[in-house]
Amino acid sequence: MIERNRWLNLVTHLVLCIGVVVIVFPIYLALVGSTHSAQEMAQSPIPIWFGSEGFTNFKTILMGEGEGVRNQLPVSRMMWVSLVTALCIAFGKISISLLSAFAIVYFQFPFRKTVFWGIFITLMLPVEVRIAPTYKVIADFGMVNSFAGLTIPLIASATATFLFRQFFLTVPDELAEAAKMDGAKPMRFFWDVLIPLSKTSMAALFVIQFIYGWNQYLWPLLMSTEERMYPIVMGIRNMTAGADSQVQWNLAMATAILALLPPALVVVLMQKWFIKGLVDTEK
Amino acid sequence: MASITLTHIQKTYGQGAKGNTVIQDFNAEIKDGEFVVIVGPSGCGKSTLLRMVAGLEEISKGEIAIGNRVVNQIEPADRDIAMVFQNYALYPHMSVFDNMAYGLKIANKSAEEIKTRVDKAAGILELGHLLQRKPRELSGGQRQRVAMGRAIVRQPQVFLFDEPLSNLDAKLRAQTRLEIQKLHRELGITSLFVTHDQVEAMTLAQRMIVMNGGVMEQFGTPEEVYNRPASTFVASFIGSPPMNLLKQAPGLPAGQILGIRPEHLELSSTGWEMKVDTVELLGAERLVHAHLGTETLTLRLDASLTAPTAGQILHATPKEGCLHHFNAETGKRL
Amino acid sequence: MGPDEIHISLGLIILNGDKKVIFKSKWLPWVLIAPQAVIILAFFFWPAAQALIQSFQQSDVFGTSVEWNGIENFASLWRDETYLASFKTTAIFSILVAGLGISLSLLLAFFADRITKGAWFYRTLLILPYAVAPVVAGVLWLFLFSPSVGLASYMLEKIGIQWNSLLNSNHAMTLIVIASVWKQISYNFLFFLAGFQSIPKSLIEAAAIDGASVWKRFWTIQLPLLTPTTFFLLVVNTVYAFFDTFGIVDSTTRGGPGKDTAILVYKVYFDGFKAMDLGGSAAQSVILMAIVICLTVIQFKYVERKVNY
Repeated sequence: MIERNRWLNLVTHLVLCIGVVVIVFPIYLALVGSTHSAQEMAQSPIPIWFGSEGFTNFKTILMGEGEGVRNQLPVSRMMWVSLVTALCIAFGKISISLLSAFAIVYFQFPFRKTVFWGIFITLMLPVEVRIAPTYKVIADFGMVNSFAGLTIPLIASATATFLFRQFFLTVPDELAEAAKMDGAKPMRFFWDVLIPLSKTSMAALFVIQFIYGWNQYLWPLLMSTEERMYPIVMGIRNMTAGADSQVQWNLAMATAILALLPPALVVVLMQKWFIKGLVDTEK
Repeated sequence: MASITLTHIQKTYGQGAKGNTVIQDFNAEIKDGEFVVIVGPSGCGKSTLLRMVAGLEEISKGEIAIGNRVVNQIEPADRDIAMVFQNYALYPHMSVFDNMAYGLKIANKSAEEIKTRVDKAAGILELGHLLQRKPRELSGGQRQRVAMGRAIVRQPQVFLFDEPLSNLDAKLRAQTRLEIQKLHRELGITSLFVTHDQVEAMTLAQRMIVMNGGVMEQFGTPEEVYNRPASTFVASFIGSPPMNLLKQAPGLPAGQILGIRPEHLELSSTGWEMKVDTVELLGAERLVHAHLGTETLTLRLDASLTAPTAGQILHATPKEGCLHHFNAETGKRL
Repeated sequence: MGPDEIHISLGLIILNGDKKVIFKSKWLPWVLIAPQAVIILAFFFWPAAQALIQSFQQSDVFGTSVEWNGIENFASLWRDETYLASFKTTAIFSILVAGLGISLSLLLAFFADRITKGAWFYRTLLILPYAVAPVVAGVLWLFLFSPSVGLASYMLEKIGIQWNSLLNSNHAMTLIVIASVWKQISYNFLFFLAGFQSIPKSLIEAAAIDGASVWKRFWTIQLPLLTPTTFFLLVVNTVYAFFDTFGIVDSTTRGGPGKDTAILVYKVYFDGFKAMDLGGSAAQSVILMAIVICLTVIQFKYVERKVNY
């Protein structure tokens, strides 16, 4: 900034370092914990540097065999469930919202305003608020314990629609007019022009929605009664559900690492879009 | 190529009592192959008119015919027209080639035909070396040429231009004006060009429509419009510096406005007596601002004469046959 | 639907400005809207209506008979001590989470704004918790505070505190607050950082020339200009504390000890799915809906003013 105050610079970096350490420490500890044996993790104080059991631990939980896992579902299956869920939710949301936003912005039709506000109202109904009746609807449709049940109720968000609407409003009218003059029908224009231009918004939304889908907890808790449909975030909770002394922390930590790895990768690698998606859209 | 006929055109926004009529009973006929410029200040309705011809704006009343076909209900793409937009409206994610080819692609033309047409247009506009670039890599002038290229490849019956030079700097504007003239000479396609810049109108038009407040003030050749303006509006709008309009002048009957262009006032020993306020030196000429009684005047004097100074008394006489009389109330020419 | 969703949408709605409508078609827009409309009707409005209706009903344990209960469900909630306690717990919880979450991230953002070297490094690490699911965050902190092997509990023992979140209510509350704040810091940090960076440098420089110290500049210029962001984050963090922390509670304290950390959303879940009190759970859902709507409206009104700021 302005002052070239060495002391202030020092404090700045110090505070930030402390902050980073505090923030990263639990994750670091989990990483460490995942590389030790069960015995090493059952004594206090636990080691704070890496051990050598990492490979074994991960193999155990991923395959679901070996001692200590006791008929538990392989984590690899749970990760698959999480992956499919997250991708379905992300792509589903993006597609549906693109279509709706297109309709709302570029067409005039009766009840357009009603539709708009109807979508808006869904903001006020987070899933936590309507869990029991929504569960009943899903059950009635026979969608319990299915990917459909895990994903469809979560893909009609207002956010994505409004984000795209916002973006479409910034596309110059002339572009659509030129396309009209070129003979493009609405869907042609949508596909040839709007979609390519929306790439950045889609990327930003993808990051947020993938993380949202991957980290979904309450909904799968209700939807999945069979273990084979458990996402990994449910799996890890079950590993720590028992009495404190019974928990196999090494395996639990390994699972935790696997649970946070994909979203963390997405955030770090797509940081640019992620931040744009969160912050830019606030304006 | 075709003519454009506008009959009793009216444009109203809104319904019933709250409706706002911006164009009332507009009539014009543009001949086949003609280059017509619609010129007028912002908000006079010229763009609206153009867009109605394009099919981008609904026609409230009246008919527009292209060739002999009434096009009121016909979609823009089917009217066999092409438009050049003020902000170019190039597809940002497509290359220059693809931008120009888009319309043809939609019309399912073969790849060879597309290439032939695009290459030809690129040749005319000297865009050959830019075909693979994206719009953001081009300068304003180049983008405008691509926009024109896009219009040319369609080989339409009519070209529509919506203030295409407004976003260019002065030098580029002058250059592009010449290119548009050249284009029209070569292709001879009926063109309707909208602008608020009277210089563009004067240089490009074969005939021009001067518009104000949704009404056509005059429709004539540049010479006609300049030498025999049909109203005070046209008189003051066309020509720079604008024509002097005097409510009071020696020998002027009541209820009339006298018009005299700055270059038509000659220094003389007798004649009108005026006092100089300011002098603007423009290199090849001088603009002298003076007042005659309560009226202010501008004179255009050659730079070879001695420059008048502020406060000096001058005498000037209007040139023979260069006086214009207008009705003070209606503004119309007498 | 998380707090990010709410805030993003609110910001977007304000900017209206209809386009000159471009395409004409009688049927196409309906087809385009259909997927979203169908899903919304089936999974939003219908269940919400059901929750509303159910909240006025009482069904027996087997679900065979249903009686109209009027507002009895709501009234009994009002009389229910555990419900009121849950309200209080949630209030305390959200105040702590929002308060700590905002102040700590403000601090970090302030310092992060001052550096260029290593900015990417700090920022990348600080936003990691955003990627961590609430339930996983709970597990991580549960591990740290595990009475038997947790490092934190080990160190607390050294200074004489016997940590046990399963037995001690305050410990339990502390645990969920820490886990919740930890997770939310990334989000707040990003917004504050953006806020700091959007303050025109010329304002700061002018103040510096006028003789204001770093500290003074922070208090008199930067902080006031961050008020919109702060207020906005306050609402978002509150909504977060109300709803998104479910995973944290379920993985750490499960509402315990007893019901001491049973925040409202947890209670809705528990009563509806574990205790099978559908009427009561529905009534609680309705009340939660009302709270969200209030918060949304506040945000809506405020953001609108913010745009004119």
